[in-house]
Amino acid sequence: MPGNTPMTELVPKHLDSASSTAPPSVKIRVRRLNFYYGPTQALKNVDFDVVTNAVTALIGPSGCGKTTFLRTLNRMNDQVPGARAEGQVHLDGTDIHGPDVDVTALRRRVGMVFQKSNPFPKTIRENVAFGLRIAGIRDVFVIEEAVEESLRLAALWDEVKDNLDGLALQLSGGQQQRLCIARALAVKPDVLLMDEPASALDPISTGKIEELIEDLKSRYTIVIVTHNMQQAARISEYTGFFYMGELIEYGPTLKIFTTPAEKRTEDYVTGRFG
Amino acid sequence: MSTDSAITSDLSPTDVGGITLTAPILSGRKSRLMRKLSLLPILTGFLTLCVVLMLVVVLWNIIAGGIGGLTWEFLTANPTEGMTKGGIFPAIFGTVFLVILMTIFAIPVGVATAIFLRYYARPDSRMARLVRVAVNNLAGVPSIVFGLFGLGFFVQFVGRGIDKAFYGGNLAFGQPAIIWASLTLAVLTLPVVIVTTEEAMRAIPRDYIEASYALGATRWQTIWHVVIPNSMAGILTGGILAVSRGAGEVAPIMFTGAAYYLPYLPAKLNDQFMELGYHVYVLSTQSPDVEKTLPLLYSTVLVLLLLTFALNALAVLIRMRLRMRYAG
Ligand SMILES: Nc1ncnc2c1ncn2[C@@H]1O[C@H](COP(=O)(O)OP(=O)(O)OP(=O)(O)O)[C@@H](O)[C@H]1O
Ligand SMILES: [Mg+2]
Repeated sequence: MPGNTPMTELVPKHLDSASSTAPPSVKIRVRRLNFYYGPTQALKNVDFDVVTNAVTALIGPSGCGKTTFLRTLNRMNDQVPGARAEGQVHLDGTDIHGPDVDVTALRRRVGMVFQKSNPFPKTIRENVAFGLRIAGIRDVFVIEEAVEESLRLAALWDEVKDNLDGLALQLSGGQQQRLCIARALAVKPDVLLMDEPASALDPISTGKIEELIEDLKSRYTIVIVTHNMQQAARISEYTGFFYMGELIEYGPTLKIFTTPAEKRTEDYVTGRFG
Repeated sequence: MSTDSAITSDLSPTDVGGITLTAPILSGRKSRLMRKLSLLPILTGFLTLCVVLMLVVVLWNIIAGGIGGLTWEFLTANPTEGMTKGGIFPAIFGTVFLVILMTIFAIPVGVATAIFLRYYARPDSRMARLVRVAVNNLAGVPSIVFGLFGLGFFVQFVGRGIDKAFYGGNLAFGQPAIIWASLTLAVLTLPVVIVTTEEAMRAIPRDYIEASYALGATRWQTIWHVVIPNSMAGILTGGILAVSRGAGEVAPIMFTGAAYYLPYLPAKLNDQFMELGYHVYVLSTQSPDVEKTLPLLYSTVLVLLLLTFALNALAVLIRMRLRMRYAG
């Protein structure tokens, strides 16, 4: 069972990286995760270690459970009626399904960017400030500062700084998606989950998002779902390949794309199916 | 039969005319079909015209009869000389007061009910089904029944209860009053508010709600910051519909607070009030000299119409501005 590979193999050393000294630290540790939508099982016995301050890509054919997996990491699947998760998901050592876990606090630490950009029909400023306001922050200066910092982090500041009170929905698709990233960053998460964040964007906007991810990874742990093999290869350090609800293979991106251990992984990354 | 008509309709009139023997049968069917087809637009057009004409006649009748009496004095003065002279200011004031109070009661309760149904109750739970059945049936109840309900429940039960509890049994709230009339109207218009609000909430993109949850919002915060602002247009539509339904209703208020004639304006919640619809009813049936009140009657109806139109226009304007703000 490939999903049950022991820990040592799960957190792979950087291949041919001279600086590989200490093993990378684990931000999210997933063990024997099973997920069900009612009677149908969407994730089967998934073991996964998300490495701190690195980009992890999730790849696999449509319907294999990438989104489902991503959404278990911040318990967004709690919203789905009849859905059920079994197994352990530890964030910095704490079980996120534990009895005294505050889901809202968890979601502030594990932010999410959706496939379809979904800014609120509010102003740019209010979009970014949303998470702060609901966290109870009232101080105008704190909010102003966080808005600017987040927009800068999302590489959107220069484009919108004169129009913070303009409507978010009047921005271009790529700008809207970067606004959603800024909105997620404003609450200062450790982890950023991105579900095909660039799949609906043009190549230039996609390039900007990729650059942005590159800039963010020194400070954030990023998990990104993508259907674009080149993108996964370009931006990620680690790659996990899902197939029909199972994690088939997980390792350094270079290894997954050059010398995968599994035949199915090789077939998928070389475009023979999926 | 269906194949027959399919064949006939495929034939053009000249084809039909050239064919012997079967031709008369075919052309007979054909022309009946044709006549039926071409009659339909004519008929519907004619009926539409009839409706428009009726509306024009009614409006014309009211405007022609009422415009002459529509003076500044009429709008700002009290009725005098057994309501055969003077104005209708107390009725205008009472109507506006009544409708505002009604909205203050109906919108929060209606919105809260819609939120409960959509975000708290499980759709198939007994409670949710009960509320739904109640809402649907409430909409079909004749308005006079609401009047009697208001009298029995609000005036006699709640009002007298308040009097016993706070006024030592003295008469204060246990009588017809504007608060009971507006509450009765609020109950009457509640289904409209609930249904339109729920519809608006159903139309909110799931994406917004997910975005809110993903930023750490609780369910209540999501409702307060995302759901309610985004269904504002629907809530206001509910308000408009409630107001236009409620503003002209006479039956629910005649036992619960509307007064035949009052020398003063309602200032407290337990005052009685004059109301335009009720005033029309009074002028046309209760006046000692109906002939003399006729011009006043027309002008009063005109004012009632204008007031309803104005309220509607205002609400539509607010809606349009909101829609512009939220439109993509
Ligand atoms: N809300 C839901 N209710 C029931 N089944 C669901 C639900 N969401 C997803 N599924 C099922 O779970 C499986 C995994 O879906 P998921 O969305 O995680 O796939 P994915 O890998 O993200 O696919 P894609 O690449 O198309 O986005 C699919 O078979 C899907 O039909
Ligand atoms: Mg997906």
